[in-house]
Amino acid sequence: MTIATEQNIDQKLISILDTVTDPEIPVLTILDLGVVREAYEENGLINIKITPTYSGCPAMDMICDDIIKAFENKGKLAKVTLILSPAWTTDWITPKGREALEKYGIAPPLEASADKDALLGDKKIVKCTQCGSINTKVISQFGSTPCKALFQCRDCKEPFDYFKCL
Amino acid sequence: MKNKNLYNYILGIADNSLILGQRLGELCGHGPNLETDIALTNISLDLLGQTRNYYQYIARLHDKEKTEDDIAFLRSEREYINVLLVEQPNTHFGFVMARQFFYDVFHLMLMEKLQESKDETLSAIAKKAIKEVSYHFRFSSDWVKRLGDGTKESHYKMQEAVDELWRFTDEFFHLTEADKAMIEAGIGVDVSNFKEAYYIKVSEILTEATLSIGASKYFQKGGKQGIHSEHMGFILTELQYMQRTYPNMKW
Repeated sequence: MTIATEQNIDQKLISILDTVTDPEIPVLTILDLGVVREAYEENGLINIKITPTYSGCPAMDMICDDIIKAFENKGKLAKVTLILSPAWTTDWITPKGREALEKYGIAPPLEASADKDALLGDKKIVKCTQCGSINTKVISQFGSTPCKALFQCRDCKEPFDYFKCL
Repeated sequence: MKNKNLYNYILGIADNSLILGQRLGELCGHGPNLETDIALTNISLDLLGQTRNYYQYIARLHDKEKTEDDIAFLRSEREYINVLLVEQPNTHFGFVMARQFFYDVFHLMLMEKLQESKDETLSAIAKKAIKEVSYHFRFSSDWVKRLGDGTKESHYKMQEAVDELWRFTDEFFHLTEADKAMIEAGIGVDVSNFKEAYYIKVSEILTEATLSIGASKYFQKGGKQGIHSEHMGFILTELQYMQRTYPNMKW
């Protein structure tokens, strides 16, 4: 499922933005996460607009600071604005980001209807990040951060995180 | 103030989330087990995040320079206009879940409609919040069913909580002056329109949980006018502790 949304990022700024990662999921850059909606330079000021994953996501303040710092290191002044609309969705995580998540031990989000089945325990469809088995179960619909649920593999017995669909 | 009605309308929605978020936050480290503890604080975090979005928005409507923190921490009890339900105590886990369930059903219906608000910021906040609230509703309704249709003891406790808290649900649908003005302006949601749908949804899940709504037609109200239950003062004492102890401190 893809949702067409406007994303306006100046190609020249990508190399710097790509050095900023989510403090809670350090393998995921903010571009992979899809939270950067706009980035452009105007009169010597870099304007960045980001959208939060969850309303109360405590990582957002840190991400804002990290962006400003990353540009500061390159001798540039940046201003970060939080925007709420359109609301962030897990569909904006890039294929590269999904791959990084899985390698890191977090199962990437399924699509919305499958996600509901998985979280309600109706269907076994979330793949274990350790052994690849789909013989897994939900332990908790809420995990260590607002964006994750906790799963366990019935085969290798390892617990792992699942990135909830939003 | 530029738009008193808009301010009060949003304040009403935001105060509900603030106080419920605070109540759930009290359970941090005190949940019945680790997973539930984490879930409750996750829900609290979502609610506080939504509260911040609302407060940041209405802080700009003030004549004097105000911040979200001023609104959250520097008001007296009578100035908070949350409904009585959200300030009810965490008596036991059944109460926590019944309170959450009664609120989530309402909250979900409100966010659905608020997405269509003519006010762009409110609509954006609602579009963000509804995704989070859907998870809250799923969690609380699941627990209501599990406990209601569980053991004799869990059924008894869940029914006890439903009986005790049901009388606070009618207040959701009372319209204040600010509500009426904002409905007129196409900004607010006429919640009185979905009162029936609310009862149907709640009854449906309670029936599945083998629970019933009490027969009493007596309902409590007052929160929306700032007239709170005795619990409110205790909540604020804790909520405002830092600002009272170190006035004007910044995070």
